[in-house]
Order: sequence, then structure tokens, then C-alpha cells
Amino acid sequence: MNKVPLIHISRRKDIVWYRAWLVRIIAVVLALVVCGLITMVMTGLDPIKVYAAMIDGTFGTARRVWMLLQNIAILLCISIALAPAFRMRFWNLGGDGQALMGALGAAAVMILLGDKIPNWLLILVMVVVSIAAGAFWAVIPAFFKARWNTNETLFTLMMNYVAIQLVAFFVIVWEVPKGAGKIGIINQNSNAGWFPQIGGSKYLLNVIIVAILTIVMFIYMKYSKHGYELSVVGESEPTARYVGIKVRKVIIRTMVLSGALCGVAGLLLVGGTDHTLTTTLVGGRGFTGVMVAWLAKFNPVFMVITSFLIVFLQRGATEITTTFGLNQSYGDIITGIILFFIIGCEFFLNYRINFRKSHKEVA
Amino acid sequence: MKTFKRIAVMIIAAAMVFGMVAAFGSAQTKADEGIVAGLICLHDENSTYDLNFINAFKEACEARGLVEGETYFITTNIPEGQECYEEAMNMVDRGCTCVFADSFGHEDYMIEAAKEVPEVQFCHATGTKAHTENLPNYHNAFASIYEGRFMAGVAAGLKLNEMIESGAITEDEAKMGYVGAYTYAEVISGYTSFYLGAKSVCPSVTMEVTFTGSWYDETKEKEGAQMLINNGCVLISQHADSMGAPTACEAAGVPDVSYNGSTISAAPNTFIISSRINWAPYYTYVMDCVAAGEAIDADWTGTIETGSVELTEVNEAVAAEGTQAVLDDVKAKLQAGELQVFDTATFTVEGAALDSYLADVDTDPEYTPDTEVIADGAFHESQFRSAPYFDLQIDGISLLDTAF
Repeated sequence: MNKVPLIHISRRKDIVWYRAWLVRIIAVVLALVVCGLITMVMTGLDPIKVYAAMIDGTFGTARRVWMLLQNIAILLCISIALAPAFRMRFWNLGGDGQALMGALGAAAVMILLGDKIPNWLLILVMVVVSIAAGAFWAVIPAFFKARWNTNETLFTLMMNYVAIQLVAFFVIVWEVPKGAGKIGIINQNSNAGWFPQIGGSKYLLNVIIVAILTIVMFIYMKYSKHGYELSVVGESEPTARYVGIKVRKVIIRTMVLSGALCGVAGLLLVGGTDHTLTTTLVGGRGFTGVMVAWLAKFNPVFMVITSFLIVFLQRGATEITTTFGLNQSYGDIITGIILFFIIGCEFFLNYRINFRKSHKEVA
Repeated sequence: MKTFKRIAVMIIAAAMVFGMVAAFGSAQTKADEGIVAGLICLHDENSTYDLNFINAFKEACEARGLVEGETYFITTNIPEGQECYEEAMNMVDRGCTCVFADSFGHEDYMIEAAKEVPEVQFCHATGTKAHTENLPNYHNAFASIYEGRFMAGVAAGLKLNEMIESGAITEDEAKMGYVGAYTYAEVISGYTSFYLGAKSVCPSVTMEVTFTGSWYDETKEKEGAQMLINNGCVLISQHADSMGAPTACEAAGVPDVSYNGSTISAAPNTFIISSRINWAPYYTYVMDCVAAGEAIDADWTGTIETGSVELTEVNEAVAAEGTQAVLDDVKAKLQAGELQVFDTATFTVEGAALDSYLADVDTDPEYTPDTEVIADGAFHESQFRSAPYFDLQIDGISLLDTAF
């Protein structure tokens, strides 16, 4: 009898950075090969053409590059909002709801105060209200966690649905025309509350704001005392308490920050680009942001890359379904396979698989 | 880190070159007429509503030799938000000279795109704003589908008469159920014309309406239909876009008058007939205008004559005997103008006949009524703009919920 199992898995201590990236690149190549095979078998299309269409759909024109940047900006904004909470091991799954509350706040100000106050003041009020709304939505579960140690995963998750229902309610209150169940573009003719365009681009302002926030978040998490404290709380609450960190305060402070930044994402959507309020406005980015943050190991700078990857896959999927007349599900399958490989390779970066050595060697 | 950055830059640069090559390649394959058309859909072909648009669009495009993926494009599952604007601009980047959108909530985003690209024609089905926006390249279209609904209602009324004659129900039990999406004029106009059609042959008919608060929600539509059946409705119709209501009817054995196209495959034992808008004539009209360089109407209303208002074949297995003959007669009268769907002599509001009504034709956030729409003894639907604006609550129809 052989007591050594056929396969056993052990934790990998350190992996050299270039080997890690080699594994990741191999994973992407493998994913592309598998997708290519599936494409050929299922649709009879040339996979090279499919990939070319994905790239064309994302980079083909200046406008597409701008849309890419805009979509990266919003996803990144939510991802960097989630990162400090995750670093603290506070599983904030409420990014969607917090961003939606920010959007609701901004839209409410635009609709209710649209023609009544000067535009600069209007935008200022929008900023304050949407940040406050996002922070408020995040601080409720944080308070319950800090005070009574409730489960923040479920709490933040459920808050999403409350936010969606609130938005659905206000969409009916502010619907145009009557009974239509949609608000449409707010202040489409007066443009009241619309963020100014800089350099003739609708998207540049959003991109700049998120770029600044990303850098600030990087510095905050890596070099500030707050960033250190939330890391300690995440590693071990007793240790944090022992060294004199006020755990409750850190939890609430970090979630206020997390929610406020989600609120900013909602603000940028309503004031900056979309100028509307719908229940699908955030479109699950609160959850996609979880993946972005995890894949980048909570490093805001790496999140730029991971959010680019996700947005590229989404945009590419839409493009190939349109170009080749396929169902959207096909694009989702391709996206799913690629993400499966990318997330899967993280396993091989963290663990080593040991096969049982042959009999002779054992003997 | 540095090496990684270098690699990333190289990958992005390579991708951009790739993209430009691909964009250049696609720009060379245009039809001689110069028409490249794009259609933006809210859902995909699983929605009866979107399928109706997709089929008509393919038919109109293929009739003029356009090729999918080269000279015509269809993009699906585009929400009623900024995504619609982005897709419209993507269509422009694909070289489209005319871009169509199929869902009501796409309107504002199509307007934004139209403002930005004046040389491309943007056409939006079911919208309400083209006649007030004054953009030369933005257009609305609809059809006098209330005439189709009316005819479908006649088929429903005949079925009710058959049930009364056979003793299955009494005259007072002739209650229909209707699953609507929102309390929006388009839906109200639809169910009212359906009801008036049934009432024109079965005077004792009443109707209950429930709203789902979504244009496409299979579960809610199914539950809505089931609730109506439980309430004692003996015939169901719907204005929401999934197969929810037809499948609930099939399961319960209750006859169904469908919308957007035949649902006979899912409901062979309960499907009676369906009215639908055939959008192909509109697509052909727009593409003819673009090819000839002519102006497109800001509001275009398809009719029975243009082939825009259609009925499917009658399902003889379920419909009352002789339905087809009666429908042919009604259709002839509607076309001749002898019969008006919203004849004010055929309905009352709070017990009184109407001789004047100001409708909200010009869309505004305050819902200001602005246009007199009753003249010569009838409510003139789809005359002052293509999209319906009949939003009266007439007697005989009870709304179970008006939350949406």
C-alpha cells in the first residue's frame, strides 16, 4: 500500500514575479485557444476574425477608445471604493446599491433644483448629496457590524435590493411621459447639472477624476496611517485592539470612505455621462468591481489593468455578437471561459500541485 | 514592474494597429446604394417584441441586398440608458447611414446621437419627441396598431359569444383579462381598442387589467395572467413582450389573443389570433429616402394600407367559427373609414360620452395637456404624432393596480 496520495496540493510560498506573469500569460493564451476551438466547432467562424472583431470593437475608432476609457473609469471607481473595505476583510458586496444611491441623490438634485439655482451651485449640491447618499448606504451595515457584529456580507448584499427598489419608486415618481416608467435624459435641453465638457470630450473629466482618485487611494492604502490601521484590522482584530487601534472606528471610517467613493461613481454616471436614472444604471459593476479588486489583490494600480480586461471582454463580446449575428449568450460564453482561466491561474500561483513520485524513486 | 509596463504598452499598441486594420477592412465593403443600416434592440429574439423588429429589419435589408455584419447590423440587449447612445455611435462607426432603435426608452439617447452626427439618420420606433425636437435627422415612427388591436378584439368578442351560446359562461361572466406593462398611453390605447373591438360584437363584455411594471418580465407576466384567470377572466390578452401570458393561458386552457406575432407554437390549444406591427414597410421607406437623399417624415404612422398593421392567421382550432369572414368585413370598413376605433358613441368615461379632450401630445415633465384630439365624433389617435396618446380610463375596464 502506498500512503502517498496520487495528487496533493501544497501552498506555494514565493513565486518570482516574472514566473507569475508567465503563468498568467499562458493562462490567457490557453483561454484564447479554447475559445477559438469552441468558436470553430459551435459557429464555424474563423476565430482569428472573431478576436480581430473584439479588438476592433474596443479600439477601432477614437470614439470607441473614449468609451473604453469611460467604462474603465466607472468600473475602476467602484473597484477602488471596495478595495479598502476588502483589505479590512469587510466584505462590502453593496457597491451596486451604494453607487445607485449616489446616482439617486445626484438625479434628485438635478430634477428638483434644476432650474432654480445657478449651475455651479447645482453641481456642488449634487456632489455633496451623492457622496453623502453613498456613504450613508455603506455606513448602515458598517454600524451594525461594529456595534453588534452582524454579517456584513448579507447586510450589504441586501441593501442593494433596497436601493434598487428605491430607485424604481422614484423612477415612477419622476417618469416622463406619464405612465412610461422611465425618466429619460434629465434636463436634456437646459443641460442643468451636466458636468462641463473639457477638451470637447464627454468623457475626459470622468477619466481624470477617477485617475486622481486611484492615485490617492493607492497612497492612502499604502502609505497613510489609516491604510496601515485597516490592514491590521483585516489581519487580526485582537492584534489591532492590542496595539490600541479603535476597531469600530476604523470599520465605520473605512466604510464611509468606501460608500462615498461608490457615491462618486453614481455621481459621475448621472452628472458626467448618462444624465439619467434607471435601475440598471450601475449594471452590476458593484459585483464586477469585487472581481476587479480581487484579481488585482486590492492594489489600485493593478486594478487599472484588471478593469481594462473586464471592460475589453464585455465590449468585445457585444461587438462579436453584432458583427457575426450571434446571440449575446455566445459573447458571455467567451467572456466566461477567459475569466475562468484567468481566475483559475491564480490558484496555480498560490498552490503547487505535487504528483506522487514513481514507485522506484520511493523505493 | 518596468518590464511589465513595457509589455503592456506593446500589447496595447499592437491591439490598436490590429483595430485600425480591421476598421479599414470593414469600411471597404459597402453596398453601391450607400446604405448601411443598424438596428438597436432592447432584448434579443427571445422577446416577441424584439423578434418582430429583428425579422422585419432583416427582411427589409435583405430585400435590398444588404448583408448582415457588412452592410446591416443588429445589436441586442441594449438597456434604455447611455448604452443606447454608445451603441448608436458604434453604429455610426460601423459606417451606418441610418440607425434604428426599437424600444421606447431609447428615445433620448437616440436624440443625443442625432445631435452629434447630423449626417446620419436616426429613427426611433414608438417615441414621442421628434415633432418637438426639430432635428432634421431624428424621426419617430409607429403604426395605427389600435386598428389591429380592435380587429383582434373582434375575434375575442366572437369567441366570448361562442362561449355564451354554448352555455359555458353567462353574458355577465364575459370578462376578459389583460396583462399590460405600464399605465402608459401606448398600453392604454392598446387595451382600450382591444376592448372596444370585443364590445362591438359582445356588448356585455368587461375587462380587468393588471400591470407588470416592465416591458419584459416572463415571471410577472405569467403570474399576472394566472391572477386574472383566477379572478374569473375567461379570455386573456397582453401587452408585454415575453411568452409569460401565452404559456400561462395554455397551462390553464384559457383562450389568448396575443401580440407582436403568433405564439401558436407555445400555445396551440389556446392561441386565437395576434395583431402585430410589421416594421418592414417603415424600414424600406427610410432606406428609400436615404438612398434618394430625400427628407424623412418626423412622424411616420404605418396603417393597414402600408402593410404595417397586420393580423396573424386565425387559429381555427380555438377561434369561433366564421371569425375570418367577420374580420375581413371589419378590416374593409376600417379601411373605408366607415368604422372608427375610438368612436365616441361607443364608449363613456365616468358614465358620460366625451365631446372634447386635451391630450398630452407634446411630451413634457409636467404632463401638460396640449392638443384637442376629439373631432367629428371620434378620438383621433396617432394623428398629431405617430405614438399613441389615448390615455382615458373608459367604463367597462377596471384597473386592478396602477402602481406602474
